[in-house]
Amino acid sequence: MILLALILVPTLAGGLAFAMRAKMWRRTLLIATALVHAALTASLWIDRPGPVLNQWLAVDSLGLLFLSIVSGLFLASAVYSIAYLREEEAARHIDREEGFLFSNEPEAVFVGCLLLFLASMTMVTLSHHLGLLWVGIEGTTLASAPLIYFHRHHRSLEATWKYILICSVGIALALMGNFVLSVATTSPDGRHEIPLIVHRLLENAGRIRVDWLRAAFLFFLVGYGTKMGLAPLHTWLPDAHSEAPSPVSALLSGALLNCAFLGILRVHQLCVAAGEAAFSSPLLILFGVLSLTVAAVFIMRQTDIKRMLAYSSVEHMGVQVIGVGLGGAGVFGAMLHSVNHSLTKAALFLTAGNILAYFGRKRVDEVSGMNRALPTSAVLWIAGFLAITGSPPFGAFLSEFTILKAALDGERFVVAVLYLVMLALIFVGMANIFLRMAQGGRPKTKGPGARETPLALLSPVLLLSCTLVLGLYVPRPLENVCRDVQSSLETPARARAAAEKPEARTVLSHSTVRPNRTLKK
Amino acid sequence: MTSPSDIILVLVILINLLLLGTGRLRSCIRAVAVQGAAIGLLPLLVSSAGFSPRLTLVAVVSVALKGFVFPWLLFRSMRSANVRHEVDPVIGYTASILAGVVLTGASFWMASRLQLPIVPVSDLVLPVALSTILCGLLLIVSRRQALSQVVGYLVLENGIYIFGTALAHEEPLLVEMGILLDVFVAVLVMGVAVFHISREFDHIDVDHLARLKD
Amino acid sequence: MRFVPLILALALAPLLRGIINRTKARFAGRAGPPLLQAYYDLSKLLRKGAVYSHTTTWVFRAGPIVSLSGVLVAATLLPFGNCPSAVAFPGDLVVFVYLLAVGRFFTVAAALDTGSAFEGMGSSREVFFSALAEPSLLLGMAAVARESIGGSAFTSLSEILSAASGHLWVNLGLILVFVAVALFVVCLAENARMPVDDPTTHLELTMIHEVMVLDHGGPDFALVNYAAALKLWLTAALIVGIVVPSTHLLVVDVAVSLSAMAFLAVLIGAVESTMARLRMVRVQQLLIGAATLTFLALILEYRA
Repeated sequence: MILLALILVPTLAGGLAFAMRAKMWRRTLLIATALVHAALTASLWIDRPGPVLNQWLAVDSLGLLFLSIVSGLFLASAVYSIAYLREEEAARHIDREEGFLFSNEPEAVFVGCLLLFLASMTMVTLSHHLGLLWVGIEGTTLASAPLIYFHRHHRSLEATWKYILICSVGIALALMGNFVLSVATTSPDGRHEIPLIVHRLLENAGRIRVDWLRAAFLFFLVGYGTKMGLAPLHTWLPDAHSEAPSPVSALLSGALLNCAFLGILRVHQLCVAAGEAAFSSPLLILFGVLSLTVAAVFIMRQTDIKRMLAYSSVEHMGVQVIGVGLGGAGVFGAMLHSVNHSLTKAALFLTAGNILAYFGRKRVDEVSGMNRALPTSAVLWIAGFLAITGSPPFGAFLSEFTILKAALDGERFVVAVLYLVMLALIFVGMANIFLRMAQGGRPKTKGPGARETPLALLSPVLLLSCTLVLGLYVPRPLENVCRDVQSSLETPARARAAAEKPEARTVLSHSTVRPNRTLKK
Repeated sequence: MTSPSDIILVLVILINLLLLGTGRLRSCIRAVAVQGAAIGLLPLLVSSAGFSPRLTLVAVVSVALKGFVFPWLLFRSMRSANVRHEVDPVIGYTASILAGVVLTGASFWMASRLQLPIVPVSDLVLPVALSTILCGLLLIVSRRQALSQVVGYLVLENGIYIFGTALAHEEPLLVEMGILLDVFVAVLVMGVAVFHISREFDHIDVDHLARLKD
Repeated sequence: MRFVPLILALALAPLLRGIINRTKARFAGRAGPPLLQAYYDLSKLLRKGAVYSHTTTWVFRAGPIVSLSGVLVAATLLPFGNCPSAVAFPGDLVVFVYLLAVGRFFTVAAALDTGSAFEGMGSSREVFFSALAEPSLLLGMAAVARESIGGSAFTSLSEILSAASGHLWVNLGLILVFVAVALFVVCLAENARMPVDDPTTHLELTMIHEVMVLDHGGPDFALVNYAAALKLWLTAALIVGIVVPSTHLLVVDVAVSLSAMAFLAVLIGAVESTMARLRMVRVQQLLIGAATLTFLALILEYRA
């Protein structure tokens, strides 16, 4: 029941929001739904209900982890949206970069689509039928497209068009992956036996046809990889993230990308169970390293604040994929990292929203002297910078270090070196941008400047504190869930080896050791 | 070679090549409508079990969507967007057709190397599905105009649909309907986007959507 | 027996043109010239003298003779209505295609020999379009050859065409349709018919075939016309040979094939009356479309 409620509540609320007249009630509905959703999700941590609807909907550790990310971020974005929508109430706005007038999307559409977006993301995290998972992921694209086109002008339109087209094509390929997988599960006598339900597939993994499974994995990787923003399929991502309103960017980057990641993980899980990890893991690592490289190159010469954050998302998706590709403790690190990245990136996008509201500009060289103009945001900005580049004591340090250790332990030295070099490059590139924005003289053109309000600061402050806490202490339930995911992504032989030498635990105890990585920088 | 499903599949290839060589948007939309309607009939022909209410429902819904609703949506956004009638290819029509022929040949070659676990209703299924997918991708990347990219997306979707109906085992009805619904909404959203593009730029060449870059 | 196809071709080729012209006239609501008009024209031209420009060389004089002889030799290779051809050997379909090409080469050479700008233009177009049409012809023949013999593509035309049967239609109907449509397009292009070239145009700028032979007169022009008529007959007979199934009754086969030829001529006339001439850019698309069809037929053939 709870599982169905998790999907149906936001769906119904979304429908209701379209119809509602009063602004007040609609905003209340948004917050209320977010709270209910978060409460329901929290209850799953205490007691996991069994599968419903023919086992199509079920909650396992992997799904629970991502559902919690989605739910938490949505709550934070919803609170922030209230402050954001207050600022955007005027009928006409001036684009302060090009000087034209534009209007916003009706608020009802925005709030309605936001809630439907939540519903579809929830569906992705809960569905155990791969077909339903596909429906959910395509649903996220469609529900979020109007959100990107909130500011109705040509740049956001361009971003929206690229987003719909590229993601739809990518996801269409993932549909092909579904069909190919279905061929792979056909028994030799031509009868179809295994339904595309995750745990049934895992149980019968030995009977899946290996060659077709490989083909399916490729289709899924390219399909969901497009949505996840893995280079070189990431081209839509910087545009969509930079043109969307900041609370939406936070959700896109923190929650949506992880939903697509979940799609890839499910299939990877299947490959591992079928003994094909040797095929899928190198591909994941390859895409991961490629994403890191592309992100490093584009962050180094970035002039747009939000695009920089978007490329940083490409980077972190790369990190997560590398972690999963390495296997073992790397998976643990990747799971922890998805939490840390989501929290940090959402906080950064929301802070960027505040900066944007004050300066009205997204170009790095037009924003400076934040420490005097927006003192709280400046602190958040610097803290967010430290957190996102994986500096201690923030959570991302712990997770990135776990992944690095997994690479070294697995004697994947080339991967480890590339990983370190790219992270260092990104650190330098981002430091250059962040510090110049926070410090420096006052900007020559002072915008009409909306001052930071407590409501707009609440969410980023909370999110950053969470990732700070995660850097110092990983709560036992979270650790258990991550470890559970790790063991679900291990071949039996490997799991036995891991039981003899628990790697992840040693990494955690090493976390106070000063890493050589920051020295390298 | 002359069974109904063979004829439909060959028709699909011909329409792929026609789409690659046609300059008029209107004929492109009509062609993709015919293709969609023909493909929508496939579930009825490939089933070994013969007639079943489930398959009939799927066939009726897909014929209605692919053959009538999508073209209608496209025509509607074409009218409301007041677009020009040429599709503006990046590479010329002749080159597109030749590329399509090469892709088709390649698909047949690929299909001949793949070993299917089941005997499909026609040995054309796999090559035609692959070539339709490839031609759809080619259409998307080689056309400048937003609506013709949507046509390409539909062709891609058709190719996947051929593969799905003829080879994959039957998805549960709910999932199948979900897939169709998603595609429907996708086309709807794209249509709306095309309308906004035309209002914003006075035409729908995506060449002008080139401000966002690094 | 072996000379029936050749005799029929020599005797009836100009009649085909008469049927086409009559059809076009009917479409336009006119009575039209008599069916035998082409024969009258030939005999009139043969009785006249020829005029040669001072700037031309022997190439110009040799042109009509060589092109007619090329087509004549080609005619000996093509069977008709289940009658085997006068000459048949494995691989003769390639020779057939290149004999037609020899004829074209000399027509073009003769046209270039005059040094006229218009004729040069016509020549370049003719060569361009026939270069585009040739793949369709060869690929189409290859598809049919594989299908009927089931073995190597290099067999003789007689074997290939005599194998066309009703059984084949049931099994491989789609392929036959593709090849027939493609060859029909090739037939239109090779014989300078309507969507490609307008045989009745009066504007040299738009002509292709007619402009190349502007400088020929008298008996030379008669030879050129006769060669063109024969070529039309040969390409049409090729289509008929592929499409019409044989019954193994010689008389019936010949009669059916002859009526099929007449029908094809009417079809060409109808196409000419209802279609406008394509822009030069579109012509290549049409021809490449035809080549695509034959290629597709070949692929399908290979799969079947």
